[in-house]
Amino acid sequence: MLKTFPKGGIHPPENKITSSKGIKKMTLPKVVYVPISQHIGIPAEITVDVKDKVEIGQVIAKSGGFMSSNIHSPVAGTVTKLDKIIDTSGYKKQCIVIRTDLKDESNFTDTAYPLKTTITLEPKAILQKINDSGIVGLGGATFPSHVKLSIKEGTKLDHLIINGVECEPYLTADHRLMLEKAEEIIVGIKILMFALHIDKAIIGIENNKSDAIETFKKIITKDDHIKIAALKVKYPQGGEKQLVRALLNREVPKNGLPLDVGVIVHNVGTIFAIYQAIQHNIPLIERVVTVTGKKLENPSNYWVKIGTPITDLVNEVGGLPEDTRKIVNGGPMMGKAIKNMDVPVTKGTSGILVISEDEASRGEPKNCIRCGECVDVCPMGLEPHLLMNLSEKGMYEKASAEDIMTCIECGSCSYVCPSHRPLLDYIRFGKNSVKKMNTSKN
Amino acid sequence: MSAQPIIVSASPHVHSDRTSKKLMYDVVIALIPAFLVSVYVFGISALIVTSVAIISCIVFEYVIQKYLLKADVTITDGSALITGILLAFNLPSNLPIWMIITGSLVAIGVAKLSFGGLGFNIFNPALVGRVFLLISFPVQMTSWPTAFVNNTSVVDAVTGATSLGIIKEGLNMGETMTEISAKIPSSIDMLFGFTSGSLGEMSALALIVGGLYLIIRKVISWHIPITLLATIFIMTAIFWVANPEHYANPLIHLLTGGAILGAFFMATDLVTSPMTKKGMVIFAIGIGIITVVIRLFGAYPEGISFAILIMNAFVPLINKFFKPRRFGAKIKSKIV
Repeated sequence: MLKTFPKGGIHPPENKITSSKGIKKMTLPKVVYVPISQHIGIPAEITVDVKDKVEIGQVIAKSGGFMSSNIHSPVAGTVTKLDKIIDTSGYKKQCIVIRTDLKDESNFTDTAYPLKTTITLEPKAILQKINDSGIVGLGGATFPSHVKLSIKEGTKLDHLIINGVECEPYLTADHRLMLEKAEEIIVGIKILMFALHIDKAIIGIENNKSDAIETFKKIITKDDHIKIAALKVKYPQGGEKQLVRALLNREVPKNGLPLDVGVIVHNVGTIFAIYQAIQHNIPLIERVVTVTGKKLENPSNYWVKIGTPITDLVNEVGGLPEDTRKIVNGGPMMGKAIKNMDVPVTKGTSGILVISEDEASRGEPKNCIRCGECVDVCPMGLEPHLLMNLSEKGMYEKASAEDIMTCIECGSCSYVCPSHRPLLDYIRFGKNSVKKMNTSKN
Repeated sequence: MSAQPIIVSASPHVHSDRTSKKLMYDVVIALIPAFLVSVYVFGISALIVTSVAIISCIVFEYVIQKYLLKADVTITDGSALITGILLAFNLPSNLPIWMIITGSLVAIGVAKLSFGGLGFNIFNPALVGRVFLLISFPVQMTSWPTAFVNNTSVVDAVTGATSLGIIKEGLNMGETMTEISAKIPSSIDMLFGFTSGSLGEMSALALIVGGLYLIIRKVISWHIPITLLATIFIMTAIFWVANPEHYANPLIHLLTGGAILGAFFMATDLVTSPMTKKGMVIFAIGIGIITVVIRLFGAYPEGISFAILIMNAFVPLINKFFKPRRFGAKIKSKIV
């Protein structure tokens, strides 16, 4: 029996059409738009000016505090503008616009550095380096990694969990990375185990990526203390709490963190970024992005410079199909639909999904028939139908008492609802209202 | 770029292909085997009763929504169709047409639309219609054309009580079960439909086939039907073991009196049953107990309709007290 989390979850069509497509290098963008807020927390502070020449990997915006992250120039070029442009959120955000110097050779150096397995830095220096390199959680949450790794003295910590689940349909970025950079990822895991003094690590991978599981199994040795765990395919297993429950049978307490049960969780992409930073001194300036969609000419996975406009990515795969009706930054379950194609790729962009006419519209909402399907699939043990009603009626106290804030917004409820009720829309609205209510109280 | 505007909506951007309509039509499909048996047993009269019930339910829904409520007409969602079929399944095949129409009006008008329509009704509409008729016209509602009794051919003119009715009457007259069992069809006959009763409760087998279809298609879960039937079986078995001369054996209780119909098709009504699996089990046990109590000690020979309606009333309470366990609410696991 494959491991999985016990309560709730769904199995939407996987549609991993790019899983056999090797990661290609994206054509160098002529212009990059680098937002100064690509992470959760305080935006970084710009340290360059218009007309400044910047080198590849140079800090162009400095971390604005503990809960913040450095931003590095993804290209060698010239700063042409400091402007506000629309990002994925739909809001205008401060951006550094850099024109790429197409003659500068450093823009074309390959990232395929020889594998370096010996760890030379001390634990403290490793954590500092991670902080300096602007590494944030690449699974999508973009939580600054050094914050996650700043563990209070005396905290009991026994497992490092590597999230290679990639349970979102369509996305294959992590899958390809695991296949192509398996050895680097193992070194990255060892770096973190060394820095955090943890002696056990588990890589959790869903069973639809058996090739990745095999690849890892071949290269690890017994002394590594790294386990590879095959998981049953079930969404949202990539959620931290679900993954910890599936792998270790430990339940992160309500409103708690994995740290509360002695676990720290990192995405495989983040681990690779850490490897690059520690072993090759390369800050986080590019990432793997899956550009996919059923009607795309040539969907594939790419190494993409942070700040590359999404238009460039779509052009790379043959342009938008005629009947495109929706463009999603991320996967179909939790990604954000965007309207503006000039939105840049940021540290949290794992995929661009192009959806056609036939799948783009929602069904018309009907009466709730009280089938209980939403209750069945909720991985957090909530009652989505009830939370929607309470949010709709403005009963936020009650919604809060019914644990609305523990919703992880996975969308399983909206996915299954046979009456096409916009459950998650209302729950999000309710969560925001509860948040407001709580801040105004304090 | 396409000429059509780009759609921007919140996630998720995909949906399962389940719709309320598909669920409803799956229920209709599941009812077909039992319907065919009823046509085979009762002939044209089964067709008439069923068509009258379906048509009147749909017409009442249309008229009330359009002219009285001035609301959107939802007759295509399949729910009125199911109410019609289930109502017909709970009626004797020789019931006067005007009574069927009255039952439909009560089911759709009173039990469903006056509560706010599909999803807002507390009680199962078809059962409300049936119980209304049972209380208003007890004679017509409890004299069934007897079909195939003792393996003789269909004799439409003869009317008689159902097996449970015969047992209750016999016991009241002081007869023993051994004497009574000679008068009722065998369990095998009950399984295949050679018994007397309402349209839909003829063949337990046809109903089970339909019920299994619903479980396989995940329209219903096993929790309500299995728990309900198990409760009836266990309770009646206890009485039967204690005194077999005074109580019918549990098999008779399972195969007659609409127990199977109720368990698979009436108690499982999505709208009027609990939302959680835990709640469903409690709900089904409640129905089972009330059914057996009515059958063994009440005035009516059959009790599942009343039992379901009574437990329908408890569903909001069950939903409130049997919530799913919140993730991380109580730490079970400990750090190794």
